[in-house]
Formats: sequence, C-alpha cells, structure tokens
Amino acid sequence: MSEYKEIILKPIFRNNPIALQVLGICSALAVTTKLETAITMSLAVTVVTACSSMVISFIRNFIPDSIRMIVQMVVIASFVIVTDQVLKAYAFEISRQLSVFVGLIITNCILMGRAEAFAMKNPPIPSFLDGIGNGLGYSLVLVILAAARELLGSGKLLGMTVFQTVNDGGWFQPWGLMLLAPSAFFLIGFFIWILRTFDPSQIEE
Amino acid sequence: MLRKIMDKVGTMFETNKLLKPLYPAYDAIDTFLYTPKHVASGSVHVRDTLCLKRTMTTVMIAVLPCVLWAMFNTGYQAFAAMQAAGMAEIPVSGSWLSFQWQAWLMTQLIAWTKDCGMFALTADPSNWLACCVYGALYFVPVYAVTFIVGILWELLFASVKKEEINEGFFVTSLLLPLTLPATIPLWQVAIAITFGVVVAKEIFGGTGRNFLNPALAARAFLFFTFATNISGDACWVAVDGITSATPLGMTLTSGMDGIRQLASAQGLTEMQYWFYAFIGLIPGSMGETSTLACLIGAALLIYTGIGSWRIMASMLAGSMATAGFFYFLYAIGSVSDPVYGVFPHWHFVLGGLAFGMIFMATDPVTASMTSIGQYVYGFLIGFLVLLVRAVNPAYPEGVMLAILFGNVCAPLIDYFIVQANIKRRELRNV
Repeated sequence: MSEYKEIILKPIFRNNPIALQVLGICSALAVTTKLETAITMSLAVTVVTACSSMVISFIRNFIPDSIRMIVQMVVIASFVIVTDQVLKAYAFEISRQLSVFVGLIITNCILMGRAEAFAMKNPPIPSFLDGIGNGLGYSLVLVILAAARELLGSGKLLGMTVFQTVNDGGWFQPWGLMLLAPSAFFLIGFFIWILRTFDPSQIEE
Repeated sequence: MLRKIMDKVGTMFETNKLLKPLYPAYDAIDTFLYTPKHVASGSVHVRDTLCLKRTMTTVMIAVLPCVLWAMFNTGYQAFAAMQAAGMAEIPVSGSWLSFQWQAWLMTQLIAWTKDCGMFALTADPSNWLACCVYGALYFVPVYAVTFIVGILWELLFASVKKEEINEGFFVTSLLLPLTLPATIPLWQVAIAITFGVVVAKEIFGGTGRNFLNPALAARAFLFFTFATNISGDACWVAVDGITSATPLGMTLTSGMDGIRQLASAQGLTEMQYWFYAFIGLIPGSMGETSTLACLIGAALLIYTGIGSWRIMASMLAGSMATAGFFYFLYAIGSVSDPVYGVFPHWHFVLGGLAFGMIFMATDPVTASMTSIGQYVYGFLIGFLVLLVRAVNPAYPEGVMLAILFGNVCAPLIDYFIVQANIKRRELRNV
C-alpha cells in the first residue's frame, strides 16, 4: 500500500513533471491566465494520463517494439478525443476558451513520457496511479501559476473580483505582464527556485 | 579620522555575531570611501589602475549632465504645458492613494518664496530655478526609491552569498530613473527595480554575470506590466490632467507632419524645433530627452576609454542607415505609412536613441567583448531600433527592446567571432 502512495506522491514535489522533468511547459504557459481554464485543463490531463497509462500497461506485452510509439499515440489520442467531446458537451464555454489546447494534450510530453518510462514496464494499477500522480504534479503547478496570474493580471480569482481594478473604480492596478506568456516562465522559474531550496537533491550540476 | 571610525566599525562587524551578516554593507561603504583593502599583489598578470569602482564612478559622472537636465526639463515641460493651457496655479488633486504631494509642495514653496526677489519661485517656464526645484521634486524621490529598494536586495543577496556589494548597482540605480516618465508612481518603481536586480542580475550571479542590462530589464518590466504609466500620452508631463504626446509618438501616427504640427504649436520652424529636441526641450522620459547632455557624457566615456566607441559608432550608423533606407522607400513611394518618412536626423534626437546608445548599449557586462563583435552588436541594435519604431505599429519607441535583444545576442556574436579567429589561426599553423 505504501508503495502505491509513494507512486502517487512522488511526482508532486520530488519528481514534478514541470519543475524537474521540464515537460508540458507549452500548455502551462497557454492556459494559465485564468484559474478556471487551468483547473479544467489539469483535470483533463490527469484523467487522460491515468487512463492511457493504464490501457497501455494492459497491452504492454502485446505491443511490438518497433511500432510502440504509434500504438501509445493511438491510445492517448482516443482518450483525448473522448475528453474533448465531454468538455464540449458539458462545459462548452470553458471548452471554447481552451480551444485547441485540449486537442494538444495528445502532444503533451508528460503523457508520452509516462507511457514510455513507466506504463511500458509496470502493471496496470501502478501505471494508473503513476498517471494520477503526474497529473496532480502538473495540476499543482498549473493552479499555482493560474492563481498568481489571474489575481495579479486581472484582480480576480475564478472570475470573482478579489481586488477592484482601477478601471472599475477600485484601487488595484492590474499587472499587464501577468497576462502575457513570459510571466509564466518567470513564475515557473520562481517555483523551481523555491522547490530546490527545500530539496537540494533536485539541483543539477 | 574617518579611517579610524571605519576601522572601529569594521571590527565591530567582524566580531559581533548579530552584525556579521551585514558585513557586506560595511565593506561597500568602506571601499566606496577608500581604496579596497584587498588589492591584487604578487605575480598577477594584469595590473590596472582601473577597478570596477573607478569605472562605475566615471559612468556616474558622465550621466550627471543628463541628471541635471532631467530635473530642469521635467519642471520646464510642466510649466510650459500649464502656460499653454492657460493655468496659473499647479492643480493639486487626487485621493489619499494618488495624492500629488509634489504639486502641493510646489504651491507651498511658491507661496513661501514670494518675497525673495530673484530667488522667488513661480510656475513659469522662464524661471529656471523653479523648473529645477519642481523637476527635482519628481526626480529625487524616484531615484531614492530605486536606490533604497535596490540596495536592500543587493544587501540581502550579498549577505546570503557572503560576497561584497559592488558599485555596479550605483550606475543601475541612476540609469533607471532617467528612463522613466516623471509621473511614474513610486511603488511601481520599487517593483521594477526589484525585478531588475533580482531576476535580471542576482539570479544569474550578480554584477558581471548578468546577460541583460538590469536597468533596462526593470524598465521593460514596467513597460509590459503597467503600460499606461510609462507609455501613451498621459504620463509625460508632470501636471495633473494635461496630456501631451511626445514628438516620437506623433511620428508614429503622422510622420513629419506630426513634428511640424508640434513645432508650429510653439511658433517654431522645423529646424528650430530640431534644435529644441537636440537640447532636450521636449516631453519624454526624464533623462533621455537631451541628446546634447548624452553627447557630453559620451565624450567623457570615450575619452576615458570606458564606453566603447565602436558600439556607439556602429549603433549610430546602423540606425541612421536604416532610417535613411526607410526614408528612401517612403520617398520613392514603396510605402505610404508616414512614419517611414521621418528624416534620419530626427530619429537621432527623438526618444531614447542617444541615451540608450551611450549609456545602455555600452554596458561592458552585457555588450559584446570582441572588437569586431562590438561593431556587429551596435549595428544590430541600431537596425532594430528603427525596425521597432517604423515597422511595429504598436510601440513608438524601440531602443529598450532593441538593446535587450542585442544583450541576448551578444554572447552568440562573440562566439562566432572567436571561432572565426581560431579557425583563421589554425590555418596559419598547418
């Protein structure tokens, strides 16, 4: 049991997919201007990673080595399409804001990385948990980024006003930079800095 | 006498446990006043009387004309705008958060000095003393905030890394306020210099290891974060409620016609207005309006060999050649956008071209090191300045972005120059 717990918890801080493995950066820049979209995206990625890892793990002994990438892609793509359709059906407004980025989960390096590095070598249940863990690690960074960017960039959280902006007659002057992609780089940089201060073993030579 | 006091304080910092983390602060003040204790001795290869401290002090002296002009022109522009708008008194307004204490203080000063004869201050552009005082009321707080906030960060990092603070920051803290408009809110200045010092410099290892100019990085942060406070029409004149386009801003929308319009509004011919712009009697960021003051600084920097004349010359050549090319395109009718039709000599005196060329692009840490590389680097920046000014419809000024881009490219340029040199010499020794 503790082994399973380890699989889930390890990717959150000690082997974070964004902060240590540096995977999935593109979507971390693109969908984090608002907390709402970031949470939706996190959920989608977590579900897809967990399910596809499990399925790939089930069939891992039958996949010919020479076409394994293609098979992994097919599995991942199927789940992404299902997720996309579900979002379109039940959360159309958010799905419209996320636009192409849900579809682009297919190319998110975290999924291929976990399929290749973990699911191909481990049984289904650990693979499923590994997918959940990595999804959570990704979600953690996304939620922190999105909260900081939405709060500073437009004075809101989840669309609700926290700081009244100057344009609405309040006092808060929004930080325009926070709505631009580079700010996510700075914030990820700060996140990695803090993480490695507490866990120096992550520092690369 | 002072030496004795410093020694006494020094031993206190060395022995006392509580004060020990603050030793860098003591060391900075000590080396600022005296020659550093640890000078190179023994068989070192390079011996030079020019240390970092002297380099930085020379730059600070070279910037001084710009600083003085910044104070004068800030006041002058404010009073001239008031005169043009027919206002007799400086308007004081704003809630507690945006209270214009400078304007309030100035009205008080004008009232106090009413009977002082030739020292009487009036809100009149021809009263140069009043202009300087009013400008100083804007410039000095911005500089003070930059310096205090920045030095606190330097101190923190120096204490943690157990290194000494060096003089590089003195120049950064003096350059940043000069590139800002007078009305910039002070808390924004504090955030900007924090970004400049921490993200652009200290994260990469402090002075000498930063690949971006910290002052420009701080300005770029402000530019993208609080765009309305540093660009547009409302921020350049230090009088509440008066908006004034900078001449450079006018060129973006209406080219030379915009400049002629500004000139005739002041009753000047185009050539006279060019001299106004050359001397610096135009609205703009506090320290960069005067090309003349920048050139005085350039003379000192080139004479002492501290600023690279190669960078300045090639940047000037790059910008003038590009401006000339754009004007040629406009003249033969290939492009119709009026901003292409601005004469090259106007580009030279407007905006921050001269200031950036002389004080920002030549920063020895972030510029190219090799001689040929410096020509390439300068020319690249000059070209990019014009590219942003003319081709980009959103930003009237491109000096900041061009220099930051040049900073990023500088190591690459050096790498190719060095590799080419190695190849050339290898061939010689076959």
